Amino acid sequence: MNPLAPVAAVGRSTLTLMASIGRVALFFAQALSHILRPPWYLREFLTQLIQIGWLSLPVVGLTALFTGGALALQIYAGGSRFNAEAVVPSIVAIGMARELGPVLGGLMVAGRVASAIAAEIATMKVTEQIDALVTLSTNPMKYLTAPRILAATLTLPILVAAGDSIGIFGGYLVGTTRLGFNPVNYIQNTVDFLEFWDVASGLVKGAVFGFIVALMGCYHGMNSGRGARGVGRATTNAVVSASILILAANYLLTELFFTA
Amino acid sequence: MIDITGLHKTFGDNAVLRGVDLSVATGSSTVIIGGSGTGKSVLLKCVLGLVAPDAGQILLDGEDVTRAERDSFLAKFGMLFQGGALFDSMPVWQNVAFRLLRGSLKKPVEEARAIALAKLARVGLGPEVAEKFPAELSGGMQKRVSLARAIAADPQVIFFDEPTTGLDPIMAGVINDLIREIVVEMGATAMTITHDMSSVRAIADRVAMLHGGKIRWEGPVAEMDAASDPYLHQFISGSAKGPIETVR
Repeated sequence: MNPLAPVAAVGRSTLTLMASIGRVALFFAQALSHILRPPWYLREFLTQLIQIGWLSLPVVGLTALFTGGALALQIYAGGSRFNAEAVVPSIVAIGMARELGPVLGGLMVAGRVASAIAAEIATMKVTEQIDALVTLSTNPMKYLTAPRILAATLTLPILVAAGDSIGIFGGYLVGTTRLGFNPVNYIQNTVDFLEFWDVASGLVKGAVFGFIVALMGCYHGMNSGRGARGVGRATTNAVVSASILILAANYLLTELFFTA
Repeated sequence: MIDITGLHKTFGDNAVLRGVDLSVATGSSTVIIGGSGTGKSVLLKCVLGLVAPDAGQILLDGEDVTRAERDSFLAKFGMLFQGGALFDSMPVWQNVAFRLLRGSLKKPVEEARAIALAKLARVGLGPEVAEKFPAELSGGMQKRVSLARAIAADPQVIFFDEPTTGLDPIMAGVINDLIREIVVEMGATAMTITHDMSSVRAIADRVAMLHGGKIRWEGPVAEMDAASDPYLHQFISGSAKGPIETVR
């Protein structure tokens, strides 16, 4: 066996990774230029607002509701060890607004939307619909990618805001029905301790995560292989890459917003 | 007039086109035949700019297609794809009127819809089909819709990629007749790729056979059967014996 084989393998993997990053960066630049330059397909954009935003609301809302409730139970159980049960409302609110609302919302939308975008565009590619768009004088990047990325970037913060509210409401329900909190005090504690930046930082994260979800869905769809296997692989890659990038971006944004 | 000179295209280590030379006169119908994987679709896609050739030149009415302004260049073309390539997220009439609802050829919605209905009628489909989605149609109806979309903007050049694949012989005959009628009626230049010899005889003025990455034989359809080229003869007779290698 060649003693340099492991080094060569590492080199190949590095080159492949760099090439992938380069391709995504080029795709990102292309998408951005199409978002900024006319013509804009308003009808497609509105359709995507509904597909990505409105239709994701039940998934994000249910996730937030149960997470808010579970969070209240956990904080109560943990806080009771050092007589800090009273912090439940404020920690639920801060936790939902800063972290759990945007991250769980982003991940749920990644599962629902990145997969749908990748599967739809990959199927269009396999069935020559993308080629048909070109022959009909329509740029696929402008017609398919730009509306999806713009819609996801704008709707995710709204979904996060809704998720935050529903999550806090979940904590309120559990707090007042299971943990014995006074409803008025619970709401008062929530409002008193929640600051503007707690909410705003979560909304900014939501916009970044929305961008990532749509970018990965479109990128893997447009670059899918042939046949059913190609579509399946594009869908999987879109969800996995969007999820990982969301978690990585969340860490970087948290560093930027709260430790800088 | 489409002039293709010295066209080369390689995918990885597979040289698909190795110097294709072909001229298609304005208003004529040329059918390109050849075995599977010989590069017929690649040739059409090179002309449309969907695939970038490695070398060679393609002229449309004397203008290099790579230098033409894309929107106005593509507005001259219509294409019927092998699988129809209809957009399954929109109803039939919007598929047909796609080009008329956006871009440089944009028309008011009602006018675009009226044109779409007229084109659907031209390919034998009634207005009841207009609001249906492509998935609700049979294969033959999808081909007709795709044909209606290809002619919706009255293009100067129409490409047909395997127009009868997957259709029964009767429906294939109907589609062949429609293509012939429409091409003659519109005075359009047509390029068709097919394996179906009944399509060749129904549609073609001239036939070109692509083999080994080059045009092996080219001539009027009337001379095809009498041609002495053994490759062409094997192809049109559908024989397993001959110079074209077959995998058994």
